[in-house]
Amino acid sequence: MNYSYNELGKGDNIMNAKQELVNKLQQDILLWQGFKAQGTMTEEVIGLGAIEKAFPNGVFPRKAIHEFITVLPEHAAASDGFIGGLLSVLMKDGAACVWISTTRKLFPVSLCTFNVEPDRIIFMDVTREKDVLWIMEEALKCEGLAAVVAELNELSLIESRRLQLAVEESGVTGFILRKDARKAISTVATARWKISPVPSVTEEGMPGLGFPRWKVELTKVRNGNPGNWILEWGGDRFVEVTPALKTAAWYDQGKLQIG
Amino acid sequence: MQKRYVSIWFRQLLADWQVIRSPELAEVPFVFAAPDHGRNMITAVSPIATSQGIETGMRAADAKALCPGLEVLDDKAGRATKLLNRLGEWCVRYSPVVMVDDFSFDGLFLDVSGCPHLWGGERQYLKEIVSRLKSKGYTVRVAMADTPGAAWAIARFGKVSPLIAAGAHTEALLALPPEALRLPEITLAKLRKLGFYQIRSFVGMPRSVLRRRFGEDFLTRLAQALGTVDELITPLQLPVLFQERLPCLEPIKTRTGIEMAISRLLEHLCLRLQNEGKGLRTGVLTCYRIDGKVVQVSIGTSGATSSVSHLFKLFQLKIDQIRPALGIELFVLEAPKVDDILPGQEALWAGKPGLDDQSVIQLLDRVVGKMGAEVIHRYVPAARYWPERSANRAVSITDKPSTDWHIDRPRPTELLNKPAPIEVMALIPDHPPKFFIYKGIQHLVVKADGPERIEREWWLDAGEHRDYYQVEDELGQRYWLFRSGHYGGEQRYQWFLHGFFA
Repeated sequence: MNYSYNELGKGDNIMNAKQELVNKLQQDILLWQGFKAQGTMTEEVIGLGAIEKAFPNGVFPRKAIHEFITVLPEHAAASDGFIGGLLSVLMKDGAACVWISTTRKLFPVSLCTFNVEPDRIIFMDVTREKDVLWIMEEALKCEGLAAVVAELNELSLIESRRLQLAVEESGVTGFILRKDARKAISTVATARWKISPVPSVTEEGMPGLGFPRWKVELTKVRNGNPGNWILEWGGDRFVEVTPALKTAAWYDQGKLQIG
Repeated sequence: MQKRYVSIWFRQLLADWQVIRSPELAEVPFVFAAPDHGRNMITAVSPIATSQGIETGMRAADAKALCPGLEVLDDKAGRATKLLNRLGEWCVRYSPVVMVDDFSFDGLFLDVSGCPHLWGGERQYLKEIVSRLKSKGYTVRVAMADTPGAAWAIARFGKVSPLIAAGAHTEALLALPPEALRLPEITLAKLRKLGFYQIRSFVGMPRSVLRRRFGEDFLTRLAQALGTVDELITPLQLPVLFQERLPCLEPIKTRTGIEMAISRLLEHLCLRLQNEGKGLRTGVLTCYRIDGKVVQVSIGTSGATSSVSHLFKLFQLKIDQIRPALGIELFVLEAPKVDDILPGQEALWAGKPGLDDQSVIQLLDRVVGKMGAEVIHRYVPAARYWPERSANRAVSITDKPSTDWHIDRPRPTELLNKPAPIEVMALIPDHPPKFFIYKGIQHLVVKADGPERIEREWWLDAGEHRDYYQVEDELGQRYWLFRSGHYGGEQRYQWFLHGFFA
């Protein structure tokens, strides 16, 4: 009995060592690619499930600019909801958020659905895009904020780079909602998202609508892996509904070794 | 300290002012006249007109008969006071406490205690005032004495010297007529009737006798002139407590120069504020240019602060508004409004961030400074169901919600400012639509929830109630639709799209 246990332990050790080596190599590759690791990882879990694995080191980048492409108002509403869900985690420590816009349609009351207190969000409604950019840069430099959301259409490479520099210094998460999909290539955003609504699912035989459900497309991630997921806001957190979760289970159970 | 006062008497204030404005009138007799009881009465007379026998209080028609070439100009009520206020502000260079003469409205009082030695003595001081005003075009008489009343009297009726040495004002007053005491016309007539042509003839009389004959006001005026009763001087400009000045040897023209001036002024001002436990709420930077113009920019903060870097950033946003032209020779930074700062507890670990975080407040100050306060919106819950009115604008950043947010009903993430009319196919009486057409696109409703009836707040506006439905189309896009009014109501019902769900 004892002997067999020892054998098992030895096998685990070898596997662990291999895993460590692979992890180390991955880290090295990221470093060569110019990625800087951020703080401790336990704090950084944002509740996005498998989507977080798409980011370098499996951590949702907070010191970054996230860009959302919203062409239709339906997409804008879905993106608002998704950002609301992210804000609920980012603003957990009581920090405030700034929401800058020229034509704001966001209904503050609805943010309660995503566990965000609307009174902790400071809306700034200006008339010119130039002012949005100015406020966004100033706000991103402000360390007391959790996040800055800006509804922008025009954003050049230089301007986006300025925003990125501001973010890297302060650690405030920046979100940009852009209506124009064509100019998407010319910015330095860390991640580019496209959130579109998909039919919700209700319990069998129940009337009404289910939880908000979105198709989350991560079209660009710096040093990460883009992909598509289906996500649902389960009342107080994100719930992953992709079948990938079920398929992922089989090699965990079977302890199959790859490579 | 020995109190000293200066009285400046503008002998022909309005006439001088008119000549400065239009120099061609210097050689012409002219008067100011204002209608009174249907007649045009003369209110001010130019020196040439005076020499031809015209006086204030005459009818303009009579004066014209006396002097055919007389120009009659319209007088406006309050013009003299306005002019005196402006001259008083100019006189602040001689003394911080300047008051407009509130008895005759033709002069100024200056509390000059401790000021004349800066001009090399009292005589030089008076000379400087007279010559500077004369070079501007005003004919003035000035006097300096221990009391405002005495200075007023000497300026108008003194014959010997405008400078009354300390303690000598009683003697100087004795030879003057009773008009020098700022008395109403009725009292003066009584005095004349009794044969009192000089102050010395009644100043020694018992107070009770004088009070019985001439009243309490007479005694007060006498005492004010003699200095036994203090006269209240209300300064035209309240001196600002926190003020810093920076004179420049060379006129400043560049942005860098202005920035350096501001930061140096702020360093001094903030040090003073910190020592007294105060913080700045509003700051005014006044730039005096060498061409005589004055440029002013002001900033405001939402909370008292004495942080140099933050205030500098606020002023930096305003530098574009400062036009230096040929150059700025003097910067004056004032803090007209300051508040106490509660000394914050030095935290061993960082406090909880939030809306009242210092960096957030500084950000808001900068945004307000650049774009105005109407840019910033924050919402607190309102206890109302009508969607457009379910949130109130917060008054300040410290405004806390008085009620909880309503979370029992679904609300869309995007709400249209104005509900958009849509075409709908729906079963009666209260079924959700089967499909609807919005902006030319047909949406087939797959799932729906509702209705949620929201009544209109009839005490605010008239109209129909709304029945709201939450619907999802075949693509999974979720909308908030409503029907305004009943199907069979007197008014036509209409369907609208009001928002988009996440």
